[in-house]
Amino acid sequence: MAIGLHDSTIKNPVLRWVDQRLPVFTMMQKEYGTFPTPRNFNYFWNFGALAMVTLMIMIATGIFLAMNYTPHTSYAFDSVERIMRDVNYGWLIRYVHMNGASMFFIVVFIHIWRGLYYGSYKAPRELLWILGVVIFLLMMATAFMGYVLPWGQMSFWGATVITNLFSAFPLVGEHIVTWLWGGFSVDNPTLNRFFSLHYLMPFVIAGVVFLHVAALHITGSNNPLGIDPKGPQDTLPFHPYYTAKDSVGLIVYFIVFAFLVFFMPNYLGHPDNYIPANPLVTPAHIVPEWYFLPFYAILRAVPDKLGGVLLMFGSIAVLFILPWLDTSPVRSMRFRPVAKWALFLWLIAFFVLMWAGGKPAEEPYVTISRIATAYYFAYFLVILPLLGRLERPLSLPESIAMPVLRGGGPVMAGAAAKPMEKA
Amino acid sequence: MLTTGAFAAVGVGAVVWPFISSMNPARDVLALASTEVDLTPIAVGQAVTVVWRGKPVFVRHRTAEEIQAARATPLSQLKDPATDQSRVQRDQWLVVVGVCTHLGCVPLGQKPTDARGEYQGWFCPCHGSHYDTSGRIRLGPAPLNLAVPEYSFTSDTQIRIG
Ligand code: HEM
Ligand code: FES
Repeated sequence: MAIGLHDSTIKNPVLRWVDQRLPVFTMMQKEYGTFPTPRNFNYFWNFGALAMVTLMIMIATGIFLAMNYTPHTSYAFDSVERIMRDVNYGWLIRYVHMNGASMFFIVVFIHIWRGLYYGSYKAPRELLWILGVVIFLLMMATAFMGYVLPWGQMSFWGATVITNLFSAFPLVGEHIVTWLWGGFSVDNPTLNRFFSLHYLMPFVIAGVVFLHVAALHITGSNNPLGIDPKGPQDTLPFHPYYTAKDSVGLIVYFIVFAFLVFFMPNYLGHPDNYIPANPLVTPAHIVPEWYFLPFYAILRAVPDKLGGVLLMFGSIAVLFILPWLDTSPVRSMRFRPVAKWALFLWLIAFFVLMWAGGKPAEEPYVTISRIATAYYFAYFLVILPLLGRLERPLSLPESIAMPVLRGGGPVMAGAAAKPMEKA
Repeated sequence: MLTTGAFAAVGVGAVVWPFISSMNPARDVLALASTEVDLTPIAVGQAVTVVWRGKPVFVRHRTAEEIQAARATPLSQLKDPATDQSRVQRDQWLVVVGVCTHLGCVPLGQKPTDARGEYQGWFCPCHGSHYDTSGRIRLGPAPLNLAVPEYSFTSDTQIRIG
């Protein structure tokens, strides 16, 4: 082995030549081949990989859309219609991009839910979780700016309402809004910068995803039992076990995705966005994209402008400090008889907010939103901190390989009988 | 250490500022300053919407009852207290920026068929703000009255906004 070359174990001579000089194959082998992964993953653990695939699909379709899209208030709407009618397969690329945004949020919501249920945000994965929340925020910004690009009525009025949120801040608010717009209303300068940023942000997301995965590979994955693997009998090499399991999930994902794209491409969108933007007429009913509805409902639940804006941002900011709000050392909700139901109730509150956010701002929806908002925050700020002290968790299983010994429930009962010999 | 830090901070600030500033309104955008409106075709009780700096401006020829209603309202009932007199130059002409002070929708009430809300001025459908016949906020989440733009009467039948 020559000095200065990496000591590669790759067999193929060409790959080996590269690997000795730049050990990417060794790295892939270590991080995605032999990477020891808890043996008891359920299908909730597919969603990280699915999110990664979605990001790649969004970047690929986006680049091709950008080749035919014109970011100018006079041409944007028509250029999107041209993509739909005249560009070869333009309809397909746009529908994949449009529904891909929805798929992205479906996948990421489930991914976040997985973290909430199995306590993946707890030590030692706090930073991993925080990076995830950063990705979520960047995704929301990206999707919001993307939705402005077709320059339909919802694009325009969504952009107006959301940028105006910043006017709620005292003193600097108006200046921030003018700066965001580059003018005195949402107009051509706004559209131009949104296109520029919409193109940029997915690559920023890719960067943060890299850090997210790097952090994951330091702490290792959590698992449905929430206990740490104690040795080789508790883990499996990532390949072929989880590459195979992820592939199964990926096929189901593509079935759902294809169904949306080919049979109901506009189901999740709003018909008003096929009306060109008109700065003088607000549609009677403006609603954001479905994935923003829970947060929009929180905004509208508060009768005060600044209060509403702060609470809406707070509903996501609270996720940043969640690792320190949940005082229980037990990760998985399987062993937390009270917190588990509190969390299911939180999920219901989330869906109630999503539903109420799409309704007009009148009774009874306002009161319903208020109750759901109160519970949304109470779960994080009151229930979790208290339950860590008050709740009596079920006893945890001895190890992942032997979960049946005490209170582990029916999980993996058969498989647990024979510990894995393979390292 | 402190000096180095201070210099670095100033240096970074000096480099970043042009980029931040480039996102503020450019000179040509600022130059689109004024709009002229001919008032002759607007009969009593009617209103028109004109565009000024990309925003709608409502010009309403108010009826005697509308003026009366605006003036009879005690200031104590207002969220953003302002007399009707302070918001108009000539009693019958109300000129306000047609942008809801909540989150920027265009309120309804310009057309006779529109819902005008509980105070017969304008009603914002986005989150339910009601404005009166002086464009003042009366009910709903909006914090402020509809803004009165800078304008002047260039003749008895003509105004210039901006
Ligand atoms: C995080 C990944 C991304 C998300 C969540 C996202 C989201 C969106 C959304 C929601 C729309 C509006 C679709 C519609 O209603 O028509 C859109 C449009 C658009 N996006 Fe993206 N996007 C992403 C990545 C990209 C990338 C990387 C590019 C360019 C390289 C791009 C280019 C475009 C273009 C040109 C449009 C306008 C055409 C259209 O409206 O279909 N996007 N995006
Ligand atoms: S924008 Fe008018 S009530 Fe919200």
